[in-house]
Parts: sequence; structure tokens; C-alpha cells
Amino acid sequence: MTTATARISRPGHHAAKPQRDTRSRERALAWARRAPLLPALIFLILVTQLPFVVTLIISFLNWNSLSPDKTAFAGVENYVTVLTDPDLRQAIFTTILLTVSVVLASLVVGLGLALLLDKKFIGRGLARTLLIAPFLVVPVAAALIWKHALLNPTYGLINGILTWLWSLFGSTTAPQLDLLSQAPMMAVIVSLVWQWTPFMMLILLAGLQSRPMDTVEAAQMDGATPWAIFRHLTLPHLRQYLELGGLLGAIYIVQNFDAVFTLTAGGLGTANLPYAIYQTFYFANEYGLASAAGVVVVIGTIIVATFALRTVFSLFKKEAAR
Amino acid sequence: MSTLTPAAPRESGQARFTSLAARATGPLRRGKSRMDPTRNNTAAGLAAWLLALLFAAPVMWMILTSFHSETDAATNPPSIAANLTLDAYREFFGETSGVSPWPALINSATASILSTVLVLVLAIPAAYALSIRPVKKWTDVMFFFLSTKMMPVVAAILPLYLFARTVGALDNIWFLILMYTSMNLPIAVWMMRSFLAEVPVEMLEAAQIDGAGLLLTLRKVVAPVAMPGIAATALICFIFSWNELLLARVLTGVVAGTAPVFLTGFVSGQGLFLAKVCAAAVVISLPVLFAGFAAQDKLVQGLSLGAVK
Repeated sequence: MTTATARISRPGHHAAKPQRDTRSRERALAWARRAPLLPALIFLILVTQLPFVVTLIISFLNWNSLSPDKTAFAGVENYVTVLTDPDLRQAIFTTILLTVSVVLASLVVGLGLALLLDKKFIGRGLARTLLIAPFLVVPVAAALIWKHALLNPTYGLINGILTWLWSLFGSTTAPQLDLLSQAPMMAVIVSLVWQWTPFMMLILLAGLQSRPMDTVEAAQMDGATPWAIFRHLTLPHLRQYLELGGLLGAIYIVQNFDAVFTLTAGGLGTANLPYAIYQTFYFANEYGLASAAGVVVVIGTIIVATFALRTVFSLFKKEAAR
Repeated sequence: MSTLTPAAPRESGQARFTSLAARATGPLRRGKSRMDPTRNNTAAGLAAWLLALLFAAPVMWMILTSFHSETDAATNPPSIAANLTLDAYREFFGETSGVSPWPALINSATASILSTVLVLVLAIPAAYALSIRPVKKWTDVMFFFLSTKMMPVVAAILPLYLFARTVGALDNIWFLILMYTSMNLPIAVWMMRSFLAEVPVEMLEAAQIDGAGLLLTLRKVVAPVAMPGIAATALICFIFSWNELLLARVLTGVVAGTAPVFLTGFVSGQGLFLAKVCAAAVVISLPVLFAGFAAQDKLVQGLSLGAVK
């Protein structure tokens, strides 16, 4: 194929009608089309898929790096341990609880913020910029700030404000919270919701601003209440955006390591699977067990992803069909 | 209410995505006042400002505390009006303690910038093969890319660690650069494809009719349209690499440790100095804050993998 006359086509259009004598040319053309794709594809298979295959193999081994002579085939023993060991089982529940609650809460708060920001008011651009800020603080730094500057029971900002508020009324016995030790899971969830709400808000705001206004205006003419318009027009339109935000948020929050590692170091039932796996292989040196837990995470992710991917796929097909 | 049949909005909702790319307006354009232009806006504005300040408060508190002395930083109730000082920053940059954050910051910059360059080198041709001259089954390829992103890093980290240990690549910035490249490549391919798909078919056809070759078409037609998107992709890849902790923590140590790794060690190693922690957090967040605000308008499109404009 000659690059000078590269044919330009879009999905859905067949590039060329095959002719009798052009089969080999056709094949060469197909490879020329594939060539730019191959480096990325091969690189990704080598660096992500190959290691996972190794993880899969190790998951069937009894392998603790501290006693290497005992390394042997273990069958499904590691998997049985993952599903029965109280700590690891707790980690599975923690991961689910953390992901679901953070995704839902940040979607709801993000929706509220997006609805407010969709209206015109003074300083809207600046308000939006302020709202994006939590998403742009390095996650470890954000977690450190939450732990030490905000939630610290003796000099954190939250207790400081409580003390100050109470002192306004002449009281020296302000209630002092200690979220990190009394409700550590809540501390992790709150800090993650704070961090992810801007992301949801941005996606939902984009959704709101792409809303067809003619139907809304027609509904207003008919005397529909704002709630009816929201319920019957806005929400159905936003559905895809809500799903997309939920999916992307879930991909990242399932894998969260920074917040758990920094805020609680996995203590008091806050260890999610990424943290538990990190500990199992990094500190306990249980390579087989860590691998089995890793495979369990992937199976769980596949289940969620099959549903979630359908959403993205529907968005994508519409775009591809244009 | 009778006109509000559910079919109407759904149809227009579908049309949204097909026509999105054709729209010239950005996602965050100042929309015309919606619904009721006069009523409720003051209330909505007030509520939005209150919430915006609430959400920004931790960031503002972090910045303020970083300019306080250690004694002013750790008080209850908070000392908002305390004297401002640069002591915490001096301390963080190791003037008195002798522990310099520069190696970690340089490692982070190296890993983030080089992996971003590598991502672009791999993703631009791939996106080209998936949008402008698409290969057969290109949607399957796209979903393969996305599925690698869904696989949690922990599921592959042990073999990577063992491999690095075996070949002597532990604590080596180049190995981390490869990891970051694979971490960002799927997202970059998706983003870039959506940006390249914005090049109007008519323009490509016109260039072809005018006899422009592939390279000329890429340079004169594709590049100008896709450049802002490529820049946004680069910034987002930079942000993700700069932020990354787990891989860096497992695969690096003394020599190749990045800023997030330095930050976690910095706290446990030196006890707690609140102002210094805040100064450290500000310093390592600055590049991301700059990059993020710079890419603000393309950020949504990028982070939603091009599905939302």
C-alpha cells in the first residue's frame, strides 16, 4: 500500500471492494492498518497480562519466601484460605462497602453540586474552580492532611472548630470527635467522598449542560413543576452520565490504596483488598496467598465490569455509529 | 404533564452522544440561564458558594497551616490569625534537618515526564489506527485496552516485583517508568481516540482529494485539531504518574523513591510536625494543581474517556 494515497474511512464503511488479483495487497493493507496499533497492544499484553498469568500460577502454590524449601503445589488451598480467613474475608467486605458507599455518596453530592453550578450566579467560575481543588491534591497528601490537620483529635481543624463554636457560648466542654479511632471506616469514606465528589460533579455538569432545553421549556409551558422536570426530564437524561461516573469512580476506588494506607494503615477493619494483599506479600511474604487474593479481586472486578462495561458500550456504540 | 412522555427525553439523550463530537462548544461553557432565569439563582448561588468553600476548606487550611509556625499550627481552637512564616518550607527543604526532598521530587518528575512521553509515542499511532483509519474489530481492541485498566494493580504486582528483583531492576526509576507507561496507556488510547475522532471526515476527504499524503494530512489536518486533546492527555497522564503510590512504594526505595513515597516516609520518620507536613503536601501537590487547572476544560472529557464532552 502506498502511504501517499492512504484511504480515509470511518467505522462502518468498508475500505475497499476486494478484487480477484488483489488479495495479497488487501492483506498488506490490513497489516499496514494494524501496524500503528501493535506497539501499544504488545507492550500492554507483556506488562499487564503476562504478570497476571504468573499471579494465577503462583496462586496455586504454597509459597512463603521466608521458607522457600516448603514451596509446593497447593491446589485450591490458598483460595479456601482467602474465603475463610476472617481478616481476608473482612477485607473483601471492606472493599465492597468502601467502593459502594464512596461511589454512591459522591454521586449524590456531586449531582447536587452540578445542579447548583448549572444555574447562573455571581462568581460561578471561581466556585467551580474551588470545587475541583480536592480532586487535584495528590491523594497521599490529601490523606495526610485529613489525618493530621483535620481529624487529629487534639489539634485537628474539626475539633478546633467545635471548641471555638462552644467557646462562643462560654462553654469549655466542647464535644471532641475521634473519628480515626472510633469510626475509622467513616474517616476513610469521608475523605474519599471529599476527593471524588468533584469528579462526579464535573461529569454530571457536562451532562446537564448537554441537556436539550426545548423539551424543558415545553414542559415549563405546560406548567410542570421543577421537581417533575427534574424527575422526568433531567434524571433520565443524566442516567448515562451517572452510570459512567459510577463506573469510572468504581474502577479507581476498588483499587484505593493511598487513603487506607495513610489514614488508618489498614487498622480496625479498614484494610481493603489492595491493602491486605500488599501486606500479605510485602510483610508476611505469603506469595501464594497474596496471589490468590489478587485473583479473587480480579474475578470480582470482572463481575462488576461485565455489567458496567455494558453501559460504556452503549455510549460507545452510539458514537461509533455516527 | 401529558407531554412529558418518557420517550422524548430518551431520544434526545441518545442524540446527545452522537452529536457531541460535532459540537464546537466546550463542556463547561457558561450556559444560558436555564429554566427560570430570575428566580432561585441567588439561593442556588449562595448554596453553591457555601459548599464550594466547605469543599475547598481542607485545601485552604493546608495552605494556611503550611505558613504557620509549628506552635501555631497545633492549637485547639485553631489560630487562624497567627503570624505567617516560611519556616515550614525551609524545614521541608532540609535546611536544618539535612534531609532533602529534591531527589524524590526529581525522581517523580523524571518518572512522570518520561512515562508520559512514552505513553504518547505508543498511544498516538494506536489511536490513529482506532479512529482515522480504523482496523477491523476496532471496538474489541478498545475494550481490551479498557479491561486492562479495570484489573487492579495488586493482581499483577507480585510477579512484577519478583521480576524486578530477579533482573536487578528494583529501586530503578526506569522500571517504574515502564510501569507508569502501562498504567496510563489504556486511558491515553481512549482519550486520544476520542480527540482524533473529532477531526471532521470532510476535512480528511478534502485533504485526500487535494492529493495530500498521509504525513502531510497528519501534520496539517489532524494535528491542529487534535493538539489540545493531546496536551490534555499528556497532562492527565502526568497527574496520574505523579500521584501514584502503591507501585512506587513496592518497586522503589532509597534511590528511586518518588515524592509520594518520600512523603509517607517523611511523616513516620520525623514524628509529627503539622506545619511541615502541610508544607510538604503543598509542594508535592503544586504540579498537579497547576496541571489540573490548566487542563480544566479538557479534564472531564479526558477522565470520562472521551464519552462526555
